[in-house]
Amino acid sequence: MNGNDANDEKEPMRRLRLGQPRTGKSFALGALGIGVFCLAMAAPVASGDWPQFRGPNSDGAILPSEISASSSGGNRRAAVTALDGPTTFDRGLTIGWKVDLPGRGPSSPIVVGGKVIVTASSGVRQDLLHVLAFDAADGHLLWQRQFWATGRTITHPQTANAAPTPTTDGNKIFAFFSSNDLVALDLDGSLLWYRGLAQDFPHLGNDVGMSSSPLVVGDTVVVQSESQGESFVAGIDTVDGTTRWQLERERAATWTSPALLPNGKEMAVLVESAKTISAIDPATGIVLWTHQQDCETISSACASGGLVFVPGKGMTALRVGAGSAEPVPAWTNNQLQCGAASPTVLGNRLYAINRGGVLMTADPASGKILSRTRLDGNFWSSPVAAKNRLFAVNFEGVGQLVEISRDGSSGKVVDKIPFGETMQASPAVAGGAVFVRGDGHLWKLVAGTEK
Amino acid sequence: MTSKIFTVVMLAVLVGASGLSAATNETELSAVLASIKQVGTKGAGHRAAQAAWQKLADADAAQLPAILVALDDASPLAANWLRGATEAIVARRLADGGSLPTAALEEFLADRRHAPRSRRLAYEWLVRVDQTTADRLLPGMLDDPSLELRRDAVAQLIVQASAKGKQDPDAAKAILQTALQSARDLDQINDAIRKLGDLGVKIDLTSQLGFVTHWKVVGPFDNAGGRGFAVAYPPEKSVDLAATYPGKSGEVHWVEAEASDEMGHVDLNRALGTHKGAAAYAFAEFDSDAARPVELRLGSANASKIWLNGKPLEEAEVYHAFTTMDQYIGRGECKRGKNRILVKLCQNEQTEDWAAEWKFQLRVCDPTGGALEQQEKNP
Repeated sequence: MNGNDANDEKEPMRRLRLGQPRTGKSFALGALGIGVFCLAMAAPVASGDWPQFRGPNSDGAILPSEISASSSGGNRRAAVTALDGPTTFDRGLTIGWKVDLPGRGPSSPIVVGGKVIVTASSGVRQDLLHVLAFDAADGHLLWQRQFWATGRTITHPQTANAAPTPTTDGNKIFAFFSSNDLVALDLDGSLLWYRGLAQDFPHLGNDVGMSSSPLVVGDTVVVQSESQGESFVAGIDTVDGTTRWQLERERAATWTSPALLPNGKEMAVLVESAKTISAIDPATGIVLWTHQQDCETISSACASGGLVFVPGKGMTALRVGAGSAEPVPAWTNNQLQCGAASPTVLGNRLYAINRGGVLMTADPASGKILSRTRLDGNFWSSPVAAKNRLFAVNFEGVGQLVEISRDGSSGKVVDKIPFGETMQASPAVAGGAVFVRGDGHLWKLVAGTEK
Repeated sequence: MTSKIFTVVMLAVLVGASGLSAATNETELSAVLASIKQVGTKGAGHRAAQAAWQKLADADAAQLPAILVALDDASPLAANWLRGATEAIVARRLADGGSLPTAALEEFLADRRHAPRSRRLAYEWLVRVDQTTADRLLPGMLDDPSLELRRDAVAQLIVQASAKGKQDPDAAKAILQTALQSARDLDQINDAIRKLGDLGVKIDLTSQLGFVTHWKVVGPFDNAGGRGFAVAYPPEKSVDLAATYPGKSGEVHWVEAEASDEMGHVDLNRALGTHKGAAAYAFAEFDSDAARPVELRLGSANASKIWLNGKPLEEAEVYHAFTTMDQYIGRGECKRGKNRILVKLCQNEQTEDWAAEWKFQLRVCDPTGGALEQQEKNP
């Protein structure tokens, strides 16, 4: 045995399925006619920012940098203005830069104000937490802040303390960690406040590792932390870090992340546990509705077009109304399964990657599977989609660009990009570039030349 | 106005009254540091700390040693506020081409009365401005209270041993044995043992880590619905190795159980049979030549409780959420002579294959994680 104490490494990860090319190499992703899509802007982030896990809508849909999101009431949800148009990806992608990271982390990069924000954890006990800001233009390190974890730092070796993706309201950054440390910084790295939520909840923690990524809506950071010891969802004041509201939750582990749900002119937040999905008013913590529903505890729900897509024994779509009206099931398809990757929805296409690495393209209105495309490897990273193309990065660190036919009836991998290291983070897309993060590096992909 | 509120307000007034230049007086700095150090849980004190933090972050680098001193007794939350400010100070100073107060930082680092985290921070700053720091200072840090400093010192020795290699195996052995004696992290311990093995020196990993390998165990007791975790079955009241108890499905009595691998794992399924919704107890004794702080370090995927000499040290009602060495640490005091360890291990009723595990490992350590010199007793 030789002292290897990674006990039962495979077993917990069966339950927790998370989510070197060099500069100048063109990957020539081919023509990517990115359409203009219905996109939500939950916070006053600038057009072209990628403010949180799975992007502006928390649904994996790419906000084309060419398109300015138009305000639509309080939720700033942009309107669909076109279905075809030029995009920054039309000429393929080339490595813009690649930089070293000081630690590991499945957390995804976010982009705000021309800065790429990344979290990492390091040290043999994973107790050193890093928040880094890189210049999106040239990749140079703008600032780095380090903190000592105040909660449990044990995780399965596959994941790391820096698993949750940070979030931003456009002015402030909120970085969350498996150890339940929540740090607020301004865009220059100045500390605004620091919360150690495990100091408030001593039994909080999961030694598999926690991964729920927070969201900002208005002046509230919504944090979901659910474990066998203690569980809660809380709204934290973005200004001073105090708790605005707090909801006790079932004491059971979940790794899903809150997602945005348009609610009239406001924005609600979806939170899941194994048997329920709820919509919460982020300003008050009032539960708008709770629906009994089998939910996966790793892949997260997302919302689009009045439907909420919930991974759980396949996929279920819930039709939501305004306010606190409980949603009504629209369809269930037990073949439309998600593995660790969360579903992506874009216009009239719904994508799910199952545990076998098969990408399923479905009609979000009916749940009908239109095509199945086998990808290489397994996926912990959630894909991003633009028009009829989808970009997914497998665990081994191979990016795969998939083109789906217009009618959705077929798909094919049109390019592969080997990054050469393990990848669990989801891509971020902003300012006409794609940012991907692996166990040791951060890459920027920029427009290149077409093959 | 309560005195606490008054204090915070006065601190805020002082903080807002002046900057923190190199010539800042001690009172001003103390006020700033106090404003930050009063942060509490649930966001308490953040407003006052925010104003103070900006002042502190703007301070001159000459103030760094004083801030490190403040870190010594700061709460874990306040420590991060202070650390954030020091990083802003250091980054600005170095970006401006300035220097750090190296003599004062080195003096601070040398004083082991300061908190390990503060000293580690001083060391990292010194490394950034003086490339000789590691070679000069690490050799004296093999027994450092800071596990990070100790780790770097051990790593330096392992590199030295590798350089000696087969050219001078006796020197390499000596260096590796010193490294092994100081190492506290499993990867370094394994590395040193493997390299010593290559040189013909066999080290027993189990003893090196301090695992208890001989146990008496009893069970199953009822834990249906997880309710047995809170039930104090007879062994929690007193351990009588000759006793029999009413168990989950009949009378139970203490039986022998041995660790089945070099990492000290004791398999309760093997010792007691496979059960679901069950609780068991494991008992062992060890001798200590003196009363001293001790840590009972448990690894188990089952819900657990730990007692030392009848005193509860630690509990975790968590099932099958990964396990690793030193997962739960019970801190206490052992006494001179015989000490009694009792562990409760609860199995739940999950039916998945991976939830069949009902086992544990436990080692007896000093507060650095080194194996306590002990004579394990067969109870």
